[in-house]
Amino acid sequence: MNISRNSAQLLSRVLACAASALLVSGAVACAPPEKDNSGAETSSGVEAAKATSAQDFGGLEGLVEAAKAEGELNVIALPPDWANYGALIKAFSDKYGIKVNSAQPDASSQDEINAANQQKGRSSAPDVFDLGQSVALANTALFAPYKVETFDDIPAAFKDADGIWVNDYGGYMSIGFDSAKVPPVTGVNDLLKPEYQGKVALNGDPTQAGAAFSGVLMVALSQGGSVDDIAPGVEFFRKLKEAGNFLPVDPTPATIESGQTPVVIDWNYTNASETKKLPSWQVVVPPENPVAGYYYQAVNKDAPHPAAARLWQEFLYSDEGQNLFAEGGVRPVRADNMIADGTLAEKVAAAIPVVDGPVTVPTPQQTEAASKYLADNWAAAVG
Amino acid sequence: MAGVGRRVRETLPLLPFFTVVLIFLIVPTVTVIVSSVYADGVFSLDRIAALFTGTALTALANSVLLSGATAVLGALLGAVMAWLIVSSPPASMVRRAVLSLCSVLAQFGGVALAFAFLATVGLNGVLTLWVQQAFGWNIAGSGWLYSLSGLILVYTYFQIPLMVIVFIPALEGLRDQWREAAVSLGASTWAYWREVAIPLLTPAFLGSALLLFANAFAAYATAAALVSQGSPILPLLIRASLVSEVVLGQAGFAYALALEMIVVVAVVMLAYNLLVRRSARWLS
Repeated sequence: MNISRNSAQLLSRVLACAASALLVSGAVACAPPEKDNSGAETSSGVEAAKATSAQDFGGLEGLVEAAKAEGELNVIALPPDWANYGALIKAFSDKYGIKVNSAQPDASSQDEINAANQQKGRSSAPDVFDLGQSVALANTALFAPYKVETFDDIPAAFKDADGIWVNDYGGYMSIGFDSAKVPPVTGVNDLLKPEYQGKVALNGDPTQAGAAFSGVLMVALSQGGSVDDIAPGVEFFRKLKEAGNFLPVDPTPATIESGQTPVVIDWNYTNASETKKLPSWQVVVPPENPVAGYYYQAVNKDAPHPAAARLWQEFLYSDEGQNLFAEGGVRPVRADNMIADGTLAEKVAAAIPVVDGPVTVPTPQQTEAASKYLADNWAAAVG
Repeated sequence: MAGVGRRVRETLPLLPFFTVVLIFLIVPTVTVIVSSVYADGVFSLDRIAALFTGTALTALANSVLLSGATAVLGALLGAVMAWLIVSSPPASMVRRAVLSLCSVLAQFGGVALAFAFLATVGLNGVLTLWVQQAFGWNIAGSGWLYSLSGLILVYTYFQIPLMVIVFIPALEGLRDQWREAAVSLGASTWAYWREVAIPLLTPAFLGSALLLFANAFAAYATAAALVSQGSPILPLLIRASLVSEVVLGQAGFAYALALEMIVVVAVVMLAYNLLVRRSARWLS
């Protein structure tokens, strides 16, 4: 590093900031500096931002080296208690000595896309995305195709053939409840009983949050609806509201631990992570009508740390990453093959909920039709 | 030439202020106005037209009702409290303690406040459960706390102390000589209040009430933490349009809603300025 050149750069940056603060673009100019490594080339002569596999870096070691040179990774919307992301980030950071900047852990999928658009070209832009289905499929133009080394081990239904996106983990819709406060829940219909007066919360508004959307779908299936007919689910929540059982509070770890939301409809892995803090918190996946949802992992095509972003993918889909996901109570995408190979630790494999029979995973078209019905009818049912 | 030079010298120290105004007020406002009619290279008034459909009009009506109700409640209760505070001697402990408390509570909004109410009078709140056990009453009813009525209660909680803070200077501006003059002319206490004090204080009172209105109108975090279903008020509807994972592509509508809020607040602030100018004539 040439010190005098650095200080000259710094000076010119300060001057540029000061000068442009007087101009219209002040807000932009004083933001983090522009990324300067997009042109970095790998050993095989491919730009890191265009690399589609570790081969473009001359193998995994080349990728590790390039990522270490970048030194940082920006992730967004990854709550530490969600799918074990806290441990994943720490393990990645320790293993490669790369600093992970975790922005807005509680943000929504759409916030991730907004951040990528608003911070485009800056060093603070997100490098990787972890998105819900509808947001992911609506924004594939923002993703860079990348195939991890374990790509072939991932079932075809859970990935884009070119690696534009790959499902990373999934879970089942579940009902969590505090067994110290309410009688045990065995199925959806229990929730209408008077014992659950003012106690049943849904994780968000289904016209806004993906988890709540899947919750209404799960309830719809239990009431004779289908993935093409979500109306019975809305009707059930109307009855729940009428009975005074529906609790319109957005559940968070704080509301659960303080007893404000004794019954919560949410993904099984979010509910399961509460059990660690509140031992009386139990989780049920209604066995007759399981609804599964997978998250979508993708690399930002304008990633400020393109090599680190790709190394993060390699890490998440490696045996180590998939085991860490499983420890968080989610079903890692390679679970079936890893159980067959014996590479998924037995202890965690046993903890992943087992569901017999058909699992419902809505297609994008079905999600869209159901969203439209919810947008028109949900507010009237529970408002 | 010398005149120009002096003018430049006088303006120079204000440059940082103008820069801040530019970055944090003018640029965002222009962005909101432009983005509400122009997106992806197409000029369109569709999003403005969407402001006059059911959901948006209901949210506007609710927002105005919420802000109006809490402004009236906060202004009346806050004015009485301010008067009680001013009546006590300036150096008294109680007065200083209450004033400090007001300064803190006026800023005590957001998630913490919402959670405090949830944990107290929510459906599973401590007070709710206790009253239910002790008397058999259900004070949380059918979940009134999580709707507009709950928001009115919670907002009033931070509106009253804000009113105290902004209204006390007006009360302190009432000079003793005016009351003495009125009394020496034979006025009763009631006549003094009716003929002198209330007419003098009215502009300041209304101005403060308008400030409370704008304060409640733009508040977001408290409502976001308290209301999880539906988007009854404008700030929540903007959030829904911006971050929804289920219904996508509504960002332009969010800008249009933001523009609507800017217009309402601008009208309120204009009225506030007019009223303040009227009362300033007397209280300076």
